[in-house]
This record gives sequence, C-alpha cells and structure tokens, in this order.
Amino acid sequence: MRSESLWIQIVQQTQMRWQDLLQALYQHIQLVFFSMLIAIIIGIPLGILITRIKSIEGTVLGVAGILQTIPSLALLGFMIPIFGIGIKTAVAALFLYSLLPIIRNTFTGIKDVNKSTIEAARGMGMTDYQILSKIELPLSLGVIMAGIRTATVINVGTATLAAFIGAGGLGDFIFLGIARNIDALVLIGAFPAALLALCFDWLLGLLERVSTPRGLKA
Amino acid sequence: MITFNRVSKTYNDGFTAVKLLNFEIKDGEFLVLIGPSGCGKTTTMKMINRIIPHTQGTISIDGNDINKLDPVMLRRNIGYVIQQIGLLPHYTIEENIALIPKLMKWNNDKIRNRVTELLHIVGLEPEIFAKRYPRELSGGQQQRVGVVRALAANPDIILMDEPFGALDPITREQLQDELLRIQAEMRKTIVFVTHDMDEAIKLGDRIAVMKEGELLQLDTPDKLLSNPAHGFVEEFIGKKRIYQNPEFIPVTDVMRENPATTLPTRTPALAMSFMRQRKTDTLIIGDGNGKLLGIISAYDLQAEKDKIKTVEEIIKPAEIVLEQSATAKEALLEIAHAPFGIIPVVDESRRIVGVVTRGSLLSMFASQWSEEKGEINEK
Ligand SMILES: Nc1ncnc2c1ncn2[C@@H]1O[C@H](COP(=O)(O)OP(=O)(O)OP(=O)(O)O)[C@@H](O)[C@H]1O
Ligand SMILES: [Mg+2]
Repeated sequence: MRSESLWIQIVQQTQMRWQDLLQALYQHIQLVFFSMLIAIIIGIPLGILITRIKSIEGTVLGVAGILQTIPSLALLGFMIPIFGIGIKTAVAALFLYSLLPIIRNTFTGIKDVNKSTIEAARGMGMTDYQILSKIELPLSLGVIMAGIRTATVINVGTATLAAFIGAGGLGDFIFLGIARNIDALVLIGAFPAALLALCFDWLLGLLERVSTPRGLKA
Repeated sequence: MITFNRVSKTYNDGFTAVKLLNFEIKDGEFLVLIGPSGCGKTTTMKMINRIIPHTQGTISIDGNDINKLDPVMLRRNIGYVIQQIGLLPHYTIEENIALIPKLMKWNNDKIRNRVTELLHIVGLEPEIFAKRYPRELSGGQQQRVGVVRALAANPDIILMDEPFGALDPITREQLQDELLRIQAEMRKTIVFVTHDMDEAIKLGDRIAVMKEGELLQLDTPDKLLSNPAHGFVEEFIGKKRIYQNPEFIPVTDVMRENPATTLPTRTPALAMSFMRQRKTDTLIIGDGNGKLLGIISAYDLQAEKDKIKTVEEIIKPAEIVLEQSATAKEALLEIAHAPFGIIPVVDESRRIVGVVTRGSLLSMFASQWSEEKGEINEK
C-alpha cells in the first residue's frame, strides 16, 4: 500500500520537477567531470614524478592517503574558508578526494613495468622520455585507467554531498527530500546518482580494456 | 677497440665490485667474461655502455673516452642482450626489432627489409612471426629476437649478459651455434658474460677469468686450458674438462715412451726375438741417431724371414707421423688410418720420441675415466 503510494509520489514529483532534475544531473556531471579532470591532470604527473624521485614518494602517497581518510563532509567544510560556498569549493574537495587512486595507480602501474624491459630499452639507447612515453605509460595505462575508474565512481557518490555547500547536483534532491520528509524526492536524487555511477563504471571499464595493450592480453 | 685503463667501480654503498681492470678488446673479437657469481662480470660489461658508471680509470672505444660521449648515442652503437630478454611486450616482433632503427629515423622500406633479413638469419619465418607479440613466442624464439634486435641498427659492439642462461640445454646449444654463424659473417666486437665454461670455450676467441673483482687471466681458450696462470683458474676450468677436450692434451701425454725400436741392419731372427721380448707386433726402425726410417710388422717378418738378410728389405714407410707438438685429438683422428695401428711421434729433427697406439690412447682416457669415477664415489 505504502510502496504504491511511494511509486505514485515518485511519478508525480518527477513530472513536477523533471526540468530541475535534468539541471541537477547536469550540475552533478559537471562537478564530477571538472574535479576528475583536474585530478587526472595533476595526479598522473605526480604519480610519474614519485617513480623518479624516490625521496618524495612517501610524502606524496601519505598526503594523498590522509586526504582520502578525511570524511567527505569535513573536507568540504575545510574548503569553505578557502573558496567560499559554491561549485569551486565542491570541485576542489572532490579533486583532492580523487587524487589518491590516480596517483597510486600511476605509481604502481609504472613501478610494475618489467625492470628488464626497461633495462634493455635503456641499454639500446632510448632516452628517459622515450622510455616513459613508449614503454612505461603504454604498459601501465590499464592500471592508470583502473585508478581513474575507481576515483570516478567514488566521486559520483561523494558529489551528492556538494549540495550541502550550495554547489547543486543530485544531492539537492536528496537533502530536500530529507528536509521535507519526502521519500520520493530522496529517491529521485539517489537513483540517478547510482545509475550515473554504474554508467561511468561501465564506460571506464570499457576504456580500461581498450587501453590495455594487445600484447598483454591473455 | 675497447680499452680498459685502470678501471674500478665502487658502488654507492662503498663496495668495490671491480678493481683496476686493464685490458683491451680488439675489433671483431669475441671476448667471454667468466668467473664465479658476484665476481663483477656484469658490472664490467655494463660499464662499457654506461648503464653502470665506472668510478675510476678510463674506458675508451677506438680511443674516445666513453665519459665524453653522449650516453644515448654511445648505446645506439652498442647492441645489448640480457638474460631476461626484455622485449617490449606491447610491440610486435617486427616493432621490437625496428625500435632503434626507427628512433634513428631510418626510412620505412629500409627498416622493413632489415627486419625481414634479421628474422631470416635466426630462422624465424617473417610471415609467421613478424606480427606476433613476444608472449606468443617460446623462450628460445624470444631470445633469437633479442639477439637480432641488438643487431638491428648495425652496431659495431654487442654486449651479452648470460643471454642463453635461462634456456634449456638443447635450445642453448642451437643459439650458440647460430651466434657463431652470425659472428663468422658479421665480425662484431662481442663481450659475452657467462658462468658456463663449456660455453666460454665454445664461443670465445679469448676468455677473461675474473675473481672477486679482479681479472686473473685473459687468454685464448687453448692457452687458458693448457697453461692456466693461476691456481684458481685451473680449479675453475676444472682439470677434467681439459681431458674432455682432446685438442688441449699434448700428444706426448697419450704416447708410449721407449717404443720398441731397432736398426735396419738387424737380422730377421734378432728382430723376431726382440718383438717377442717386448710383446709387440711392430718395430719402429731408426737409424744410428734415432731418426725415424719406417716400421716393420711381425706379419711381414714371419712371411719373409727366410728370404731376407736384414730387416731393411721389409721396412714400410711410416705414412702417418706426428710431431711432438701435436695434440691427442690429432692422434685420435689419425689412428684409424695408421698402418699397423701405430703412429710414431718424432721431434723436430725426426728423432723418435714415442708411439701412439690404440692401446696407449685407450689407457690414457681410461685412467681419466677411473679418476673421475673415483671422485664421484668419494662424494
Ligand atoms: N647496485 C649495487 N650496489 C652495491 N653492490 C652491488 C650493486 N650491484 C652489484 N653489486 C655487487 O657487486 C658485485 C659484482 O656484481 P656483478 O653483478 O657484477 O656480479 P656478476 O659477476 O655478474 O655475478 P653473477 O654471475 O651472479 O651475475 C657483487 O658482489 C654484487 O653484490
Ligand atoms: Mg651477472
């Protein structure tokens, strides 16, 4: 009985607010996209850098690790004094949150490339840059993509909290639903968020497989 | 020519892995570095292409100090083959071989021809193998690719660190033969690390024996075997091995000294009794100075004894004679063709010093064999 009324509610609310919903979805994707973009642009070079400079390896991985253990809401809170309220803060926090999987996978991906392959390449006269671009990165691309995938999926979920600091996204619906005690609203926010995570996961999984070099596949 | 001039390597932890190396590797020479594990073979080899920087002395190639050359350019003129092979797993065989020519901006036709040529050299049909990935090849096939990849850009020098060490014995043997064939044709300067003495003897023009970072002896295989300069070298080579290689045993070790000889002026009766006394069926005939004249056999003597006055009339010339400096291998090869199964051994002025017979050869190798057996039993 109750579930039937919930279903009716959902349909009603969706009909009423579908434009808002699309808007929120769009914002949500934006939050994820920009924070991930920055995380990739900064995380991959950092991951490469710590394979080269052993002395900063512990610090970088440690800091990224600590960042990820900070509860997401607290991290958002910390960001407010710096960037104020709104999208910037949310993107910054989500970016920090996504760094670790990307740095770590880039680092281990490159570290796991067979040492003798690299030694042979260096011995034959490949430069450091050629070794990085022609051997290390292609061979660790699958692992790096897996890191990006993990980060993205976590990011989609965490981005729902952005609504707390006025950054919009699907979280708006969830919090509105909780505030007004309308279950249907919570679900209208939560369901697309879950779907979005699954979509990204599938898409990036596909990319991960495509990016694994042919010679490595069983 | 590669020259080591008082070259040492001290690692960061303060350990000196090689000490004051002084030697030269000639152009077109196949040099083998050998010695027990940890003696510094790999270190020595990798200092040549600056994978490991040396900390003292100078290494020069054709008179140019390698420290003054750009390491990347230096390495492109030095082929490099390692035990772990190290093919790029995401490149096809063709792309792996083409790697350095491509970096050196050869044109595509030239690269394609080179790849085809090289694959043929090691017996890998390009139609089958060119487009495969390394993991689709056997270990032996992969190392064949490893070897030709090092040859691809036509370097003058090739460094090989135990390249066949991980292969099964039959495949190893095949690759050694192929390498010898390639070397006979291309005459590269090869520095080859191994700890397999058989491999060293088979492949090396010269062998450098190392121990605890020092070079003990650098010599041709036969000099090393016949004249080890150091107790350790002898021990490392193994005495037994010398007898497994009859080309390194002097013929004087397998001949019988004091053979039954007599003068050509002896009567048949005297010769007969001498043979009986020495329990032999042949006599070596020498002149008054001991110079070889020929051989007589008991058979001829028996048949002719009533018709002749002296043995001179039935002397057969010794068709096969060995010099004192010959080896047991020559004796083994000749004995089957020697009349009466006996080979006289003479000195420079053709004086008889001994004879090789089937019996003397056999007893030599039999005594070696029983010594070896004794050793095994002791263990
Ligand atoms: N990076 C390093 N730092 C410190 N010591 C090292 C280093 N590399 C090698 N050594 C030491 O230098 C010595 C020589 O090493 P090297 O690899 O040249 O030996 P090797 O003769 O090639 O031995 P193997 O037959 O086992 O390959 C060894 O005692 C080794 O422990
Ligand atoms: Mg070694």
